[in-house]
Amino acid sequence: MNVVAPFEGIGASVRRKEDLRFLSGRGQYTDDINRPGQTHAWILRSPHAHAAIQGLDTAAAKAMPGVLAVFVGADMAADNVGGIPCGWQIHNKDGSPMAEPPHPALAIGKVRHVGDPVAVVIAETKQQARDAAEAIVVDYAPLPAAATMEQALKPGAPQIHDGAPGNLCYDWHIGDRAVLDAAFAKAHKVVSFETTNNRLVPNAMEPRAAIGEYDAQSGDYTLYTTSQNPHVIRLLMGAFVLHIPEAKLRVVAPDVGGGFGSKIYHYAEEAIVTWASAKVKRPIKWTAERTESFMSDAHGRDHVTKAELALDAQGKILGLKVHTHANMGAYLSTFAPCVPTYLYATLLSGVYVMPVIYAEVKAVFTNTVPVDAYRGAGRPEATYLLERLMDVAAKEMGLDRVEFRRRNFIPVDAFPYQTPVALQYDSGNYFATLDAALETADWKGFEARRAAAAAKGKLRGIGISTYLEACGIAPSAVVGSLGARAGLYEVGTIRVHPTGSVTVLTGAHSHGQGHETTFAQLVADRLGVPIANVDVVHGDTAKVPFGMGTYGSRSLAVGGSAMVKAMDKIVAKGKRIAAHLMEASVEDVEFDRGTFRVAGTDKTKSLTDISLAAYVPHNYPIEEIEPGLEETAFYDPKNFTYPGGCHIAEVEIDAETGKVSMVNFTAVDDVGRVINPMIVEGQVQGGVAQGIGQALLESAIYDDQGQLISGSMMDYTMPRADDLAPVSVATHTTLCTHNPLGVKGCGEVGAIGSPPAVINAVVDALRDYGVRHIEMPATPAKIWNIIHGGRRAAAE
Amino acid sequence: MYEFSYHKPASVADAVKLLSADPEARPISGGMTLLPALKLRLSKPTALVDLSGIAELRGIRRDGGTIVVGALAKHYEVATNADIKAAIPALAWMASTIGDTQVRNRGTMGGSVANNDPSADYPAALLALGATIQTDRRKLSADEFFTGMFSTALDTGELVTAIHIPVPEKAGYAKMKNPASRYSMAGVFVARGPAGVRVAVNGAGANGAFRAPQMEAALQANWSPDAVAGVKMDPAMMNGDIHGSAEYRAHLVTVMAKRAVQNAG
Repeated sequence: MNVVAPFEGIGASVRRKEDLRFLSGRGQYTDDINRPGQTHAWILRSPHAHAAIQGLDTAAAKAMPGVLAVFVGADMAADNVGGIPCGWQIHNKDGSPMAEPPHPALAIGKVRHVGDPVAVVIAETKQQARDAAEAIVVDYAPLPAAATMEQALKPGAPQIHDGAPGNLCYDWHIGDRAVLDAAFAKAHKVVSFETTNNRLVPNAMEPRAAIGEYDAQSGDYTLYTTSQNPHVIRLLMGAFVLHIPEAKLRVVAPDVGGGFGSKIYHYAEEAIVTWASAKVKRPIKWTAERTESFMSDAHGRDHVTKAELALDAQGKILGLKVHTHANMGAYLSTFAPCVPTYLYATLLSGVYVMPVIYAEVKAVFTNTVPVDAYRGAGRPEATYLLERLMDVAAKEMGLDRVEFRRRNFIPVDAFPYQTPVALQYDSGNYFATLDAALETADWKGFEARRAAAAAKGKLRGIGISTYLEACGIAPSAVVGSLGARAGLYEVGTIRVHPTGSVTVLTGAHSHGQGHETTFAQLVADRLGVPIANVDVVHGDTAKVPFGMGTYGSRSLAVGGSAMVKAMDKIVAKGKRIAAHLMEASVEDVEFDRGTFRVAGTDKTKSLTDISLAAYVPHNYPIEEIEPGLEETAFYDPKNFTYPGGCHIAEVEIDAETGKVSMVNFTAVDDVGRVINPMIVEGQVQGGVAQGIGQALLESAIYDDQGQLISGSMMDYTMPRADDLAPVSVATHTTLCTHNPLGVKGCGEVGAIGSPPAVINAVVDALRDYGVRHIEMPATPAKIWNIIHGGRRAAAE
Repeated sequence: MYEFSYHKPASVADAVKLLSADPEARPISGGMTLLPALKLRLSKPTALVDLSGIAELRGIRRDGGTIVVGALAKHYEVATNADIKAAIPALAWMASTIGDTQVRNRGTMGGSVANNDPSADYPAALLALGATIQTDRRKLSADEFFTGMFSTALDTGELVTAIHIPVPEKAGYAKMKNPASRYSMAGVFVARGPAGVRVAVNGAGANGAFRAPQMEAALQANWSPDAVAGVKMDPAMMNGDIHGSAEYRAHLVTVMAKRAVQNAG
């Protein structure tokens, strides 16, 4: 009965087990959950980017119909509730720690961005809570705002936090400045480049939501929340904010409709509803309106960078110097400080041999929504900078952009390869992914397609990006030394039931990735259990032993490896039981996909025979082996994993309107061993869609008063189907050398590799207009201005 | 949304009575503009008068040289109506480009016309086609009816009941969509017919849909894409925002006018 069809194991494009539930509207999301006696919260948010709160009168609101309570920051402070903690500490160049100003869940004394929570109303209905919130009288004294990093860094700029002079969070660096200066001194050419990496709003399809519930009988708290990592929320909120022991706090992250990083962090609303549920002795639900998502979900990217690349006469890179300003927003979100440092500057070597790199990063507070990791997190910023710079440098050196890249690639035989910025790449073959992509995209045939497009009045361009990223985070000791306040291992439990079906408990969390399928395939492949008999449980601290969650493309590389380790333990124990049952020596028992066999004989026992014996231990070596067949493993990775590859974008521009149309997109990615090719293709396509969104469409725009102008779908351009192109996805595999599956990760490659490929294509399309660079997003208006200005310049 | 009372009258007369009795009441047909405004609490009517039960506001018919569109005709109906597709294919095509499938199956021509959103499609078409807007009490030419951004000649309590559109010899439409909202950023409708040669613009104007007399003169003299391609629009008349400057929109109007003439054939 436990016969696994070969098409269910590693490498099979099995249909996703979870999709019937999702596609038929039977997913169970946080807002679908309704607890008995549930009340509703409405958060009153600041309309000002920066203002002192001179008075706060909630009396009228408290008297409104249906209102149970109104709380403000002082109420939480009176209960000794802590601020929202930051999970990563960066140190300045001089060794001193970064500025880490307080982040109260509800504002105390001051608001620092539009959307900053000021008060919470709890009422019988959401409507009543919202009505009452409008009756709260807040006496704001507006202060000048620092809406951009440029404004925030000016002398005399508005001071956002008392503890962060000059609005500087940290001034950090990596690399050897003296060695770099020496390299630059003998350079044949130094290419300078400046760019802004545009700020993005994550916009997961499911808005954030949270339900706090307090059981007065037991003293237990439960938080249902839209999280990518419920155990981390339990740890952060329990230990630092609400001071609730883990055993008294259960965090459940049920089905979650997309996260892209924005649901990693511990948010104020989670603490507010959990704390307040004990005050009102009723469950409290809060669900964000889309407008609130825009002004309270952590945003992504937002870098301003100056870079210089030193080259010798043959076009070999001698060194790279980078100076970046990174926007933190008004407060430090959970992982914000590490994004522009250890997830960015350490990636600046890309796929190239760079003898020396020096990067300095200033992190800046502004009166904007906090900024944190967003699909790719630091790596897209590094890749965009590098791959734009490579194109600009190739042009200024008079070299072909493909040949220029090839000339600087890390050789195939150079692995493991140590970069000058801390990372050691374990494997890769950038020539192979480049060649495959050039072939698929018909790079050679492009000029003919460009001429054909020109005949129709269209400007056609092609762009390339050869990229690398680091994911599968991460060795705990390494990240600890870099400032992480947590370990980054993962946990997996394999529970083989008496009749041989399997429950997997994983600390990873699926919010669209298809874990219920991929993880079941791992079990099918290793233990020979059909995936229909494998259930994957995640997202509940009461069920799963522990976990660090899903982000940084780590679920398979770290979480999957933990499962493999746990399955190894299952097999080892199973062999001992099988040896007993078959009266053989344990050393002689072999295991292969569900069958234990005495080597060289036809004596076999199935996994089911063993599991039954383990739970009904009548004939069992009870003195030597415990009953039961369940094993847990913690897996701490030995290194990051390093997916990489080549993306090629082809675009056409309508010269009259400036509108860019994606014509074609080719992605050849090395994500290590592929468990489910269909799911990998979907992950890459989704990432590419977001990358095209960043390159052509999306931008969070603040005015100089700190109001978010692109604060709704009316003005924030999310990519739609007709903005995209057919995305050809292929994988070329070099195996990760240090995890048991050989996997690298595929969740972010699409969003990392694609933006520079698209912009390189746009710049190429405009090659006759003397364009050196176009900032993202390359909107029709921006391109029209370039074409218009170019024509005007040509005419003058 | 805030609380409001709800009425669903069965006749225009009853609807007008309800709306006239309460100046804070609002009529609702498809609700594609009003509902989002209510949800965002940007609008606080005392009552909604739901027009969807009024049979006399429905239907599309051809009456000699005129297409008569009932105020409750949905965009989907306009896009697929056989008479409109035969007589004014540019109008049917315009309707097929409004919003998305859900919007086209809810939103109505009467609602769009009465709202006169500067980025809405229909006002430019009705101006260019020389349409007449029939209300519960009078007839107004499109030129009289549209009085500026979100502004019409409708009195309090006055309802659009039908739109009468003279069948043109030729008509064409082209628009550049706002990348985010997909509303018109610059749309031009051109027509030659009983009302003469007319060109009207949506999306781009600083004060809503408007006619472009210079383009009309150019096309009157020579009905061809090239005739309008050289007509520059004044950026001072245009709207500018994060999606494009007034100069860009002025340029787009010329491009869209050229394409509209091309589309008209």
